[in-house]
Order: sequence, then structure tokens, then C-alpha cells
Amino acid sequence: MQHGKYRFIVGFLAPPLLIYAVFVVSPFVQAFQISMTDWSGLVGTARFVGLDNFVRLWESDEFWNALWHNVSMLAFVPLVTLALGLFFAFMLNVGGRRRKNEVVTGVAGSRFYKFVFFFPQVVSVTIIAVIWFNIYNPDPADGMLNSLLGAVGLDGLQNAWLGEKSLALWCISAVMVWGHVGFYVVLFSAAMASIPRDIYEAALLDGAGRFPTFFRITLPLLWDTVQTGWVYMGIIALDAFALVQIMSVNMGGPDGATDVMPLRLYLTAFRDSQYGYAAAMGVAMLVVTMAFAVLTLRFARRERIEY
Amino acid sequence: MATDEIVKTDGPAGGARGPHGGGRAPRRTGARSSEGGVLNVFSHGILVLWALMVGVPLLWVLWSAFKDSNGILTDPWGLPTVLHWENWSNAWDEANMGRYFVNTAIVVGGSVVGTMVLGSMAAYVLARFTFPGNRLVYYLFVAGMSFPVFMLVIPLFFVMRDFPGTSLLATYHGLILVYIAYSLPFTVFFMTAFFRTLPTSVAEAAMIDGASHTRTFFQVMLPMAKPGLISIGIFNFLGQWNQYLLPMVLNQQEDKYVLTQGLAMIALQQGYENDWGALMAGMMIAMLPVLVVYAVFQRQVQAGLTAGALK
Repeated sequence: MQHGKYRFIVGFLAPPLLIYAVFVVSPFVQAFQISMTDWSGLVGTARFVGLDNFVRLWESDEFWNALWHNVSMLAFVPLVTLALGLFFAFMLNVGGRRRKNEVVTGVAGSRFYKFVFFFPQVVSVTIIAVIWFNIYNPDPADGMLNSLLGAVGLDGLQNAWLGEKSLALWCISAVMVWGHVGFYVVLFSAAMASIPRDIYEAALLDGAGRFPTFFRITLPLLWDTVQTGWVYMGIIALDAFALVQIMSVNMGGPDGATDVMPLRLYLTAFRDSQYGYAAAMGVAMLVVTMAFAVLTLRFARRERIEY
Repeated sequence: MATDEIVKTDGPAGGARGPHGGGRAPRRTGARSSEGGVLNVFSHGILVLWALMVGVPLLWVLWSAFKDSNGILTDPWGLPTVLHWENWSNAWDEANMGRYFVNTAIVVGGSVVGTMVLGSMAAYVLARFTFPGNRLVYYLFVAGMSFPVFMLVIPLFFVMRDFPGTSLLATYHGLILVYIAYSLPFTVFFMTAFFRTLPTSVAEAAMIDGASHTRTFFQVMLPMAKPGLISIGIFNFLGQWNQYLLPMVLNQQEDKYVLTQGLAMIALQQGYENDWGALMAGMMIAMLPVLVVYAVFQRQVQAGLTAGALK
């Protein structure tokens, strides 16, 4: 019996564990090894160079430029995405007309709204990038956004969008927000639905308006979910590879204005064949990601409210 | 005072009262319901606006798939005057979307099945058996959810290229194995939690009746885990169908391209001399399977994709 049990455990665990070890765990370990070599990809030619790649990285303006863009997005994208997500979720769940016997109601058709809002989540990022590339078409007459602005008399706002150095990164950030708000609407709606109704009812009966209710009741009770969502969205903002690669002028342009760390890494490795240096960038990305996650969880920690 | 008492007991508990039920003070009721009315108009306005902002760009792909390149470029908002059905056949044949579609279907078909089988095997053992190292293996899998995949692509490229025997780059089985490996962390995490919620008595009864561990798993436990398998299966299908980074790095051979790569290549390559009509039709072709899955399984898709953040 015991013998059969262990044979079963090993038999079931070995195949998935083997695949995982070969394709995930071993690359993880090798990433650190390769980052300390000057490897150009030929078998057996890697030379150990210690921390040289990291020193080079530290002194590279290009790297700081790319890192700065990721950090800018990290500051902007999660904040806007989560704020909009919370706002829409609150509207869907509490913004409805008062119906009989219900003090707090959701708006009619909330299922439909959630269906539409969530849609970009299931669409490939390449498709989203091609769509927005067309929306941001710089031509004043032919560009989708520009011609729309022209039609409503806002010609002054027409722009070259992705071709405009000071705007390009924000254009790409906006696409990220656009694509992920729906995810948080659904997530926060589910979390709000688990808040007992009588808490709202008690607050409304005591004369609290809906907006104080949101800030004094809903938000504190959702704090755990908001925090997790923040980390998720931050990790997405630290990537942005596919959007930048497909949408930006000359990959990361104009003039480096949309360059991001993953794009640097990709080009350094697979265009320039500087694998050691690129691997060092990967390790740096890991450090930045971990630092962000730890800091968020450390500073956003509040006393958990049980209900 | 008395009215307040009535309202309080009436509100949450009273189900059968009419619209003016209870003894609410009329002034406050009126003030609050008008607040609700204004808010209702306001909230619908904003929600409709966002729905348009999300929905119109996606619908734009659909109607552009029936326009010619010139129409898409010079009049992007215009509806098609003539339905250019040839965009679809151009996309399928000349832009090679047909081949990319078949490649994607083979890879994703293999990897979804593989992920489900291997993931639930590992999750079952980790959820239901105590043995030394159980926690270690579990956390090894779960840790895979937390670091950037970008960091791994360089070493992974060489693991694939220098694989003992034969290179795994630009092969179906190579890509399938990688997709499985990178889907395992979340699948194991999700299914372990799911298997823990299932009752133990049924499995025990099967064992007493003489079924082996393996047979109990496949004939008793897997059927019981069906709701969880559907959620995680949809999650993996969507993630793998839309995967871009891994094939970009590991599958750089045109006849093996998956849909996301093919679309990106067309979009990146020729810019404005492109056949935009065919590109739009190609995007529709790439989107169609996810669209069907999403329309049919809306609830499971939303629950599955947000499950990771709700833990």
C-alpha cells in the first residue's frame, strides 16, 4: 500500500516537474550565469567577466532612459487603471435607480457592460496594437482620432500622437489602461458583491451619500483586492514590450521616447547577439519587479478588516 | 424615532413590501431617490461612453475587414460601400493566415491538453497526499507566477537550441512543451486549491472497491473536478492562443509562425503599402475562436481570469 502510494506520487509528479525544471527553473538559474559572461551565442565561447555587464548597464544612458519610461508608466498606469476600474465597478453595483425594497442597486444591464469592458482582455495584444496604431494615425484628415477631433470642432487637439516625442509614451500608456480597466471592473465587482448589503443600507439610512459611502466603506473593505490588483498592473506596466514594438515609430522612437527595458533586452540579445549583456538586463528587470512588489506590499499594508 | 425603527427592520428583511412600504419620512425618501435618479443618468452616461470607447475600436476591425485598403486609410470611419469578401480569402491564402491558423491550432491544441493533464496530475498529488517535499514542490511551481518571463527568454532560447539530440526551436513539439511549462504555475496553483475543496469520501470508496490510485484519479476525481477544469482550460486556451513573446523568440521560422506573429509581421513590415483589408480580415480570423469562447463562456472566462488576483 505504502509502496504503491509512493510509486503513484512519483509517477504523477515526475513528468510535469521535469518539463518545468527544464524550461523554467534551469533558464532561471542560467540567467544569472549568462549575465556574468560576455557570451555571443556560440557554444563554449562564453568568458566569465564578473559584474562587468552590470557596471556597463549602470553607466548606460540608454538603459536608464528605458528604465525611466517603465517607471513613469509604473506611476501612471496602475493608478489610472485601478481608479477607473473602481469607479465603474461602483457605478455598476451601487449607481442604479432605487428600486422597491432595495436601498443599494446596480444599474440595469451591468452584465452587458461587463461583457464589453472585459473584451480587450481576451484579444491578443498584437491585435490591440494594430487597432491603436490606426487610431493614432497622425494624418489630420485620415487618422481616426484626428478626424474625430476635427469633426467635433476640436481641431486644436489634433496631433501626431505616436510621432510626437512628448506624447508617444502617454499614448502607449493609454492603450494599456484601455485594455485592462475591464479586468478590474470585473474583479472589483466580484469583491463588492461579497460585501454584505446591510453595511451599505445602514450607512445610507444614517444619511451618508453615495460618494462618502464609497470612500468610507467600499474602498477600505476592498483594500486587499486593490493592493493585489496594483501589483498585477505594475508588473504589466514594467513590460509593455508588444505595444511598443508594434506601435512605436522605429521601435522605441521617436528618438528613444518610448524605449522600454524589455525592448532593450530583446534587441540587445536577438539583434546584436550580446547575450551576456542582455541577460544582465533581465536580472536588473527581476530586481526592479521584486523591489516594486515588495515595496507595494510593505507600504500598502493595512489592518485587514474582517466582515 | 418610531419611523426609523420600522425602516430599519423593514429594509434588509422585509421582502414583500410595496414601493412605499414602511413608514419612511417622505422628505428624506424624496431627496434620496432624486439623488439616485441623477446618479442613474450620470452613471449610465459614463458607462455608455466607456462601452463605446472599448466597443467601437473592436467593431471597427469587423467593418474594416470588408473595405479595401484605400477606404481603410482615407476614410477610416466610413462603413463599407461594397462588401470586399476577397479580403478574407486574401488573408487566408496570400497573407498565409490559413497556415498560421493551422499552426496555432496544432500548438495550442497540444499544449492545452498537455497543460490540463500534467497540471491536474501534479495538483492532485500535491493537494491530496502527504509526503516529504510536498510544500517545496508546490512553492517551486507557484513561484513561477511571480517573476518576469522576459528574464528567462535568453537562457530558454539556448536550452531549446542546444537541446540534447535535436534543436527544439521552431518546432511544434518544442513550442507545446514550453507553453505547458509556462502554464503550469497557475494551473497547479488553481487546481490544487480546487482538489482540496472536493470531498474525500468518494475517492476512498473507490479505493475500497479496489480501484488503483491512477484509476481513481482518472475515473473519479477528474470528472468531479470538471468545473475547475473548464475554468482553467479556458484560461490556458486564451493565454496560449494570444501568446506573443514566447513564439517571437523561439519560433522564428516563417512557415511555423503562429497567428500573433503573422499579424505582427504584416503590421510591422510594409506599413502603408500594406493590404490593410486583408490585415483586418486576418485579425478577425485570429479573433474568431476567442470570440466564440468568450461569448459562450462569459462567466467562466471572467471568473477564471480574475481568480488569480482574488486569492
